[in-house]
Amino acid sequence: MTETDVAIHAPALAKLPLDALHRRLGARMAPFAGYDMPLQYEAGIVAETLHTRRAASLFDVSHMGQAILAGAGVARALESLTPADLVALARERTRYTQLLNESGGILDDLLVTRLPGVEERLLLVINAARKQADFALIAAALPRFDFNPLDRALLALQGPRAAAVLGALLPGAEDLAFMGWRAFDFGGAPLFVSRSGYTGEDGFELSVRAEHAEDLAQLLLAHEDVAPAGLGARDALRLEAGLPLYGHDLDETTDPVEAGLGWSIGKRRRAEGGFPGDARIRQGLEQGPARLRVGLLPRSKAPLREGAELYASETLVGHVTSGGFSPTLQRPIAMGYVAIKYAHVGATLSATLRDKRIEVDMAALPFVPHRYFKTPIGKDAR
Amino acid sequence: MSDLRYSKDHEYLALDGDVATLGISDYAQAQLGDIVFIELPEVGKKVGKGKEIAVIESVKAASEVYSPVSGEVIEVNSELGETPALVNDDPLGRGWLVKLRISDPGECASLMDEPAYSSFLKTL
Repeated sequence: MTETDVAIHAPALAKLPLDALHRRLGARMAPFAGYDMPLQYEAGIVAETLHTRRAASLFDVSHMGQAILAGAGVARALESLTPADLVALARERTRYTQLLNESGGILDDLLVTRLPGVEERLLLVINAARKQADFALIAAALPRFDFNPLDRALLALQGPRAAAVLGALLPGAEDLAFMGWRAFDFGGAPLFVSRSGYTGEDGFELSVRAEHAEDLAQLLLAHEDVAPAGLGARDALRLEAGLPLYGHDLDETTDPVEAGLGWSIGKRRRAEGGFPGDARIRQGLEQGPARLRVGLLPRSKAPLREGAELYASETLVGHVTSGGFSPTLQRPIAMGYVAIKYAHVGATLSATLRDKRIEVDMAALPFVPHRYFKTPIGKDAR
Repeated sequence: MSDLRYSKDHEYLALDGDVATLGISDYAQAQLGDIVFIELPEVGKKVGKGKEIAVIESVKAASEVYSPVSGEVIEVNSELGETPALVNDDPLGRGWLVKLRISDPGECASLMDEPAYSSFLKTL
């Protein structure tokens, strides 16, 4: 048998700070974006996904790029590359946005946090595979600002028990608002805590000095509610949560409006423009995009995979960009782009699956409802 | 007691006269991870040596299973329709895929016996 979808082990894979821990935990390692990453642990993708939805899972996402961009006026300057309102981003708040090319295509998606302090500093978290390209783009476009890539580990603690677990270790972390950020002390060094993630669950991303990463991971894993989870579960969780993955659901040919990310485009930015591809994106916002990212529920037991073509009668109307099996729903799920004329929730398309045609119902995203933290009324929402 | 033979692609054949029970090895099921769907051939289908005989879908990926020998499908494991995870739990037992009537027993000669397969796995 052969695995059609598994990359050949490339030479010289970079190792991350938690490499030894993953191996001790029995991880199956796989190459991802040039790094040797844990695909799954002994429990397997299904069990790890379900554990995340039920309790809490610890993911190593240290392959992602982290950098600080600093200097007076840097938020406004970065708006020249992204459609988010970054000038209005308050200190210790995080915002999701995209780096765009001149035609409005997505070069990467990223999180931007305004750091505390008098100096204007932005913390960026970007996709592993786009690190070199993003860094080069930012350095070239914003030459008068200080740009410092960080060599820190990044862990994600995700799931309904994440806040209780982290709050016991870092008192106050459990009160952070969704997309709030704060620096805590860990081992005498700052630990950056952001209430965010990519699973649809409440949770945190923890940016820690590389030499402290294993201590932090061990402390979290020692909790009975926490189990390690790999990139396989992370992919299943984000697909269930309807979240697009760069390189699959997002690329240089997709713009934020057709990707269903119009919510991340600031109101002021819609009115003013001034970002790459603003003409196409504003037109898409006003008149609707040419195609739309939709959820897909195949009426088959076999999963639909990336690349499958979607038809309305005999007309090719789109294609699948992510597909797999949902451990939570115990059925195949997928997402893809469909020409706007055919993109209606509840309507049925067909797809090619090997030598068969199968029916595929379009569905609203997310497949599994988001359960992000909502700040209780009366609490300071920061 | 049937005679167990393995291919380099991690299929096994349990030989009993001219009938072979085909499945995937324990190593292969562990590599695939959680199996969620298996597409099996029709009974009566004739397959050539090295040709696709089934597709195994794990959470992550689709993987083709090739028949290491030529033959005719005489039975498929219908339990896998409801419980594909049997291939994870018991690949050499209840997780078998297909029974074949072998057309050329000589094709089995190039397959590995268990000690040879164990040695082969150590080279991977």
